[in-house]
Amino acid sequence: MPELPGPLSFDDPEALARLKKRHAAERRFKFYGRLAISFALLFLGLLVVSIGSQAVAAFSHNKVVFHLPLEADLVAPNGPGDPAAVAENISGFYQLVREDLLATFPEAGETAARTRELNGLVTRLAVIPMARETSEHLDRLGETYRYRAPLSDDLDLYLKGKVAPEIDLRLDEITRVVRVRVGEGVEAVERLRLESASDFSVLREAMQRADTAMAEAGPDAGYSILLQHGANLVRLVPGETGETGETLFFEPLTGIPANLAGARPTARLILLPESARNVTDRQVAWTLALAEQGRIRSGLNWSLLTNADSTYPEIAGVLAAIVGSLFTMLVTSMIAIPIGVFAALYLEEYAPKNRVTDFIEVNINNLAAVPSIVFGLLGAAVFLNLLALPRSAPLVGGLVLGLLTLPTVIIASRAALRAVPPSIRSAALGLGASKTQTVFHHVLPLAAPGIMTGAIIGMARALGETAPLLLIGMVAFVAEVPSGPTDEATALPVLIYKWSTGAERAWEPNTAAAILVLLTFMVVMNAIAVFLRRRFERRW
Amino acid sequence: MADTTTSTVALEETKAIDTKVDCRNINVFYGAKQAIFDVSMAIPSRSVTAFIGPSGCGKSTFLRCINRMNDTIESARVEGEVIIDGEDVNSAAVDPVLLRSRVGMVFQKPNPFPKTIYDNIAYGPRIHGLARSRDDLDEIVQNSLMRAGLWEEVKERLAEPGTGLSGGQQQRLCIARAIAVSPEVILMDEPCSALDPIATAKIEELIDELRERFCIVIVTHSMQQAARVSQRTAFFHLGKLVEVGDTEHIFTNPTDNRTQDYITGRFG
Repeated sequence: MPELPGPLSFDDPEALARLKKRHAAERRFKFYGRLAISFALLFLGLLVVSIGSQAVAAFSHNKVVFHLPLEADLVAPNGPGDPAAVAENISGFYQLVREDLLATFPEAGETAARTRELNGLVTRLAVIPMARETSEHLDRLGETYRYRAPLSDDLDLYLKGKVAPEIDLRLDEITRVVRVRVGEGVEAVERLRLESASDFSVLREAMQRADTAMAEAGPDAGYSILLQHGANLVRLVPGETGETGETLFFEPLTGIPANLAGARPTARLILLPESARNVTDRQVAWTLALAEQGRIRSGLNWSLLTNADSTYPEIAGVLAAIVGSLFTMLVTSMIAIPIGVFAALYLEEYAPKNRVTDFIEVNINNLAAVPSIVFGLLGAAVFLNLLALPRSAPLVGGLVLGLLTLPTVIIASRAALRAVPPSIRSAALGLGASKTQTVFHHVLPLAAPGIMTGAIIGMARALGETAPLLLIGMVAFVAEVPSGPTDEATALPVLIYKWSTGAERAWEPNTAAAILVLLTFMVVMNAIAVFLRRRFERRW
Repeated sequence: MADTTTSTVALEETKAIDTKVDCRNINVFYGAKQAIFDVSMAIPSRSVTAFIGPSGCGKSTFLRCINRMNDTIESARVEGEVIIDGEDVNSAAVDPVLLRSRVGMVFQKPNPFPKTIYDNIAYGPRIHGLARSRDDLDEIVQNSLMRAGLWEEVKERLAEPGTGLSGGQQQRLCIARAIAVSPEVILMDEPCSALDPIATAKIEELIDELRERFCIVIVTHSMQQAARVSQRTAFFHLGKLVEVGDTEHIFTNPTDNRTQDYITGRFG
């Protein structure tokens, strides 16, 4: 019989070496763990920061202040007895806005194209709230209405510095403003020649630097230079440098160019050619002039939360999508929670353990892994085609998401039921409680926090689902807040998808803001789940 | 050969005592495996009967035949008759729900409901409709707790959760809960195995008091406990009833060698 090894001594070198190795392995493992968590936190932080920083631009919006006389014949074509016509009279209200803008900038009246350019400052649909409010207070006809219209999205972005990099320079005093004619015959145009004490040395220097930078950037690169003094703006005419090649010619944009004389204007170098932006130099000039007149106010963009979707980013909001999502979740919860919980109860407490129930269990687990788009196809085939339910409705979306969530709820509920100790069941049965009394008096209340947690997490997942909703037509453009589960509606994630594909730059911050709204909902739902678990969790 | 003898002994004794539960030819199977082999035994009323035997000998399984708790185990199958007041509890005419209101049970581990002390006791009377009014129910709760010797300790905190009591108190709460539905028989499945000696002593004292009114069957691993609390003792071995008789007789002068070996600690 072999001898058993003797006890290890505390200074046995072999044992110490082994111990060292073990400790090293432990340290290594801890290090890997921390590394993994750091990575996860880093990416989470990146996500939040990138979305947050993009969304910031959408939180505030610049608005143009108007004082509009509510002319009765223009605003209320059918007379004051027809408020509905007033509310729908968008073109009448928009005409008030256009007339006001044209009165402020009469130079835009020169050509129709220029007037359209000016009208681009405020979109037509921006007057809807004014029309609605006026229709509710028809006694105010004839009074002056103070209205803050959201500035067109691109100009708003310009004011936020998101359109192009810009260099602002304070120039030397302009000594003279001379009107000159440049060109020959019919092609001759009126230009301004400005004289400066230092002959624009600062500006020329900046232009040289910009030219070098643009030359590297490519043939399409370019820039505009605007000179601003108060509400008076002129633009450097590119390519015209006079006979000597040294003179800088300017063209008036807005205000009175002569006012530049004796002033030290600001030169704005917008480092993106006009053709590459959605805002023209003139529109920028008008906007800057409005700002100079104190008619542009930046404020919190509540309309992002209170408006429905729109084709114009500045008046688009997530309200319709939130309501659509809520209706969808309502239907989903009404399908998934009762069916899921009762299915789990039956399977866990009543069903005999045999091949049939094994088969069902395996398939529930499989169902939980089915890609959501498959559920969307199923929904389209069954609910839309076979049952002829309304397309794009939260009812159908909720049914599809309910089916999608069902396996999750069943699995979570079964786990919660299984976690109830059998001794509680024995106690109730031993007292003469029937099976059903045992389940409903004791097991279900004890499993309820777990079931609710599972259900809420399942719902949170459903809230973020996009693919199945696309397939059942919930991607439709919905400009009205839905009033019931059978109305046309869209959901938050679908709205995000739609906004993210929008062409205009302003959709980008809007999308990020909508993502934040969705994330807020998710966080709230998960917080409720955690709260329920903490609050109602019982120990035994 | 020995089995036949013991069965005869049991049957003979049946006549002598005031039988409450009469078990006849009980066989229990877990799937294909037989756990109890043809056990017949008479359990007297108003006394304590102890089941002893090594682990896995089937004493708990046999105990659970009396209130049909084996029904809750899917693979279990019970054959034979358990007659209480002339009625076979395994017959179709007897509903396990009603049976269990007459045959209460106390489990190995204290298992109060995670509800208040009051609701723990009141649950049984409520589901069986034993109380007509709130006052009735209060009285039942108080009487049950008094009989379980717990009233003085908990009367000030009936609204507190039963799970907040100590282990021994919880077990007495479970006994009070079983008493509250006015059973005739109380089955106890190793009720003290999770308790310390002081709590155990209290439970044993309680059992001694309860036998004035109830027929008590207790499964225990402790032979001292069996000797202390029971009037009759049944020794089980490998699913068979080896010997049953007066406790004194079993512990001082067992008929069977296996009983002798077990109680003297030679095996088990």
